[in-house]
Amino acid sequence: MDFFDMFLNVGFWAATVRMATPLIFGTLGELICERAGILNLGIEGIMTTGAMVAWMWVYQGGDLWTAVLVAALFGMLFGYLHSIFSVYMGLSQHVTGIGITLLATSLSYYSFRMLLPGVTTPPKIIPFQPLPIPLLSDIPVIGEAFFTQSPLTYLAFVLVGVVAYILYRTPVGLAVRMVGENPMAVEVQGIDVYKVRTGAVMVGSAFMAVGGAFLTISVFDAFYFDMINGRGWICVALVIFASWRPGKALLGAVLFAAFDAIQIRVQQSSASFIPYQFFLMMPYVFSILALIIMSRKAAYPKALLVPFRRGQR
Amino acid sequence: MADTDTVLRVQNITKTFGDLIANDAISFSLKKGKVLSLLGENGAGKTTLMNIIFGHYSADDGYIEIFGNRLSASNPAEAIALGVGMVHQHFTLADNLTVLENVILGTEPLWKWKQDKSAGRRRLRELSEEFGLHVDPDADIKSLTVGEKQRVEILKALYRGAKILILDEPTAVLTPQESDQLFDTLRDMLARGLSVIFISHKLGEVMAIADDIVVLRHGKLVANFPIAEASREIIAEKMVGEAVPQPERQVMEKGAELLCLDTVSVQDAAGQKILKSVSFNLNQHQIIGIAGVSGNGQKPFSDLISGMCKPTSGSVSLSGEIVSVFEPQKMVESGIGRVPEDRHVQGVVGDFSVEENMILESYMTPRFSKLGWLQRKNVSDHAKALIKAFDIRGAGPETIVRGLSGGNMQKVILARVLENNPEIILANQPTRGLDVGAATFVHEQLFEARKGGAGVILISEDLEELLAVSDQIAVMYHGQLSKLMPVEGVTQQQLGLLMSGEGFATQKETKHNAA
Repeated sequence: MDFFDMFLNVGFWAATVRMATPLIFGTLGELICERAGILNLGIEGIMTTGAMVAWMWVYQGGDLWTAVLVAALFGMLFGYLHSIFSVYMGLSQHVTGIGITLLATSLSYYSFRMLLPGVTTPPKIIPFQPLPIPLLSDIPVIGEAFFTQSPLTYLAFVLVGVVAYILYRTPVGLAVRMVGENPMAVEVQGIDVYKVRTGAVMVGSAFMAVGGAFLTISVFDAFYFDMINGRGWICVALVIFASWRPGKALLGAVLFAAFDAIQIRVQQSSASFIPYQFFLMMPYVFSILALIIMSRKAAYPKALLVPFRRGQR
Repeated sequence: MADTDTVLRVQNITKTFGDLIANDAISFSLKKGKVLSLLGENGAGKTTLMNIIFGHYSADDGYIEIFGNRLSASNPAEAIALGVGMVHQHFTLADNLTVLENVILGTEPLWKWKQDKSAGRRRLRELSEEFGLHVDPDADIKSLTVGEKQRVEILKALYRGAKILILDEPTAVLTPQESDQLFDTLRDMLARGLSVIFISHKLGEVMAIADDIVVLRHGKLVANFPIAEASREIIAEKMVGEAVPQPERQVMEKGAELLCLDTVSVQDAAGQKILKSVSFNLNQHQIIGIAGVSGNGQKPFSDLISGMCKPTSGSVSLSGEIVSVFEPQKMVESGIGRVPEDRHVQGVVGDFSVEENMILESYMTPRFSKLGWLQRKNVSDHAKALIKAFDIRGAGPETIVRGLSGGNMQKVILARVLENNPEIILANQPTRGLDVGAATFVHEQLFEARKGGAGVILISEDLEELLAVSDQIAVMYHGQLSKLMPVEGVTQQQLGLLMSGEGFATQKETKHNAA
C-alpha cells in the first residue's frame, strides 16, 4: 500500500476518531483538574477503574448508558479521595496521584478476579454499536469516517465544546480558572477554595473514568488487564501540549490518535527489516517532539501543584 | 457605648498560633466616616486581627460586630455580605485574568449559564469614574503597575458594596505620589460615608489621615486615642514600649575612593539591558542611599557589586584597580560585605545553626578548618563572641536560624559581614520588616562602620530611612541611576518624582537602548 493512499482511506480516519475518543475524555478530565490547580496523576488508575466497572455493570446485566454513569460515579469517588489528600490535606499531588493510580488499578484487577474467579478467557458483552447520524452519515467517505461512530465518541466531541463554554463563559468556570491561578483571589471573594478544587477534581475524574469505559463497552467487548496501557499518561502530556485549552486538547488527542493509526498501518504494510517496535514507538516520539515545541510558551496555571491552606499563617 | 455611629466593634478578640499569642483580648470600635489607624511593629498582630475581621481566621475568644451583626461563620463571604472590604498587603489577584474577571468573581451565583460581563464592565466603569480609580476593565492583571493593581483591589471591595474598607499596609509598595493619590481617594470615600481601617507603620501617613489611633504591641492593645491627643513621639513610644533614641548622622569628611562604576551596563539572560550606563563613586566615611521602587535595577546593581553578575560594558574599579573577575568569593576577599535583600533566601541557611551561618563566608580559612576538618571549638567560640557583641537575643551557637525573629536573623548576617571589617558594605533593604529597635541597631552599626573608614551603599524603599541615614542619595529608575545628590536639601517629593521617572533620559533614548 502506498503511504499516501492511507489518508484517502475511510478506515484510517474512522480509526483515528475512534482511538482519539478515550484520549479526549482523559485529556479534558485532566485539564479540568489542572485548571483548578490540582495535578491528577490518578488518571491511569481511574481510567482502569472506569473500564472495569462499566464492563462489569453490563456483564451483570446492566444497561450500557447506566454503565457510563456508574463509571463516572466511580471516577468521582477516586477523585474525591485524591481531593482529600491533595486539596484538604495539601499533600504532594505527585505522590498522592500515583498512589491513587496504584490503588485504583489494583482494586479493579482484584474485584475482577473476585467477581469472576476461574475465568481464563475474558468473557464478552455486547458493546455500543455505531450510531450513524441521519443525513450526515450518507456523505461519502466523511460520513462513514466521522458520522458512523459510537455514541460515546459523539459525546466526547460535544463535551469539548461544553467544557470550553463552561470554563470561559460561566461564573463557575471563572472560579475554576481563578482557583488554579491564585486561590487567595478566590478566597477573598467569599468563595470556598476547597469546594471549587474538589468539585473540579471530581468532575475531571468522572471524565477520565468514562474515557476508560469507552474501551471496554464501545471499542472492545471485554476487560483485559493492562488495557489502558499508558493512555492516562499520554493525556497528562496532551494537557501541556494543549496549553490547558480544551480546543487544543481535542487537536492533540486527534493528532496522537492519527499517529497511532498510521503506525498500525505502516507496521502491517512495510518491509519486515524494520522492527515493529520502531513503529510502536512513533506516536510517542512525535508527541515528545510536539510537546517540546508547544510547551516552550506554555503558560502553566500559576497555582498548579501549590496547596492552599485556610486560616494558616 | 451603644451609639448608632459605630459600624464595627471588636470585642475581646483573642487568637493564638501554637504558643504565640497573636491577639490578646483586643477591643475597639470604628465609627462611620472615620479612619482608624492600626499601628504596631511587625509581628504585633495587626494583620492577624484584620484577617479575623475579614473571616480568614476564626478567633479563639471574643466576637466582632459589624453594623450590629455578630460574625459567626468566620469566612470572607459573611464579612463581604455585611459590607467589609479588604485590601490585602500582598495582592490577591490572578495575574493571567483580566481586571473585570478578578472583580466579578463571586458577585453572581456560581451556577449560571451565562456570565453578564457587560453589566459588570458598566458597573466597574461607573465606580472607576466615581472614585477616580482609573483602570482598563479588560486589561490583564499582569500588565498593570503596582499602583493600578491596588486600584483594582479597592474596586473589588467597592464593587461588593463595601462600607468598611480595611487597608493593610497599602503604601508599602507605592511611590509618594501614588500614596497621595490613594489618600485623595480615601478622603473621597470618607465623604461618602465609608469607614476605613488603615494599617501602617509609617507615622507620617498616619498623622495625615487618621481620626483615631489604635496601637498594638506583642498582640496586646496598648493605646487607643484620637489623633488630636497623639504626636509622633507618643505613638513611636507606644509602638516600641520605650522611647528609642534615633542615632544622629554625623557629618564626616569623605576619604579615599573605594568603588567606582564607570558607565556600567548589564544585560540579563534574554539580552535586555537591566542596568543602563550607571556611573557611581563611593568613598571612605560615606553612606550612599539608593532609592527607587523595587525592580528598577537594584538587583543587578547589587549583584554586580557582590560579583554575582558581570558588566557587558563599562568598568568597575575597587580602590582604583579595575575589576576583571566577577565572582562572589573574589568580591568578599576584596573587602565587600554584603547584607542581601532577602535574608531568608540569600542571607542565611535557615536550617543551619547560628554558628554555621556565621562562618558561611569564612569556613575555609585556617581559623575554622584544618585539613578539611571544621574546628568546632573555634567555630563555637566565634559564634558566642558575636552573639554577645551584636546582642542576638534568644540564640546560642547551636540554635537553628529559622527559629529566630527577623531582627535577630538580620543581626546574624550583620555580625558575619561586619566582623571582617569590610571596606565596602552593600546593604540591600537591611531594615525591611524589622521593628524600630532592630532597625535602629542596624543603623547604628552602619554608622559605626562608616566611622571606621568603610563606605556604605544602602539600598532601600523607605525614604524616611534613606534621608535619615545617607550622606548622598541617588534614585534608580528602569535600570538608570540618577546623579548623586547631597542629602541636605533633598525632599521626599523630589525623590518621589525621580522614582516615577521624571528627569531621566527620554523614552526615545531608552527604547533605543532596549533595541
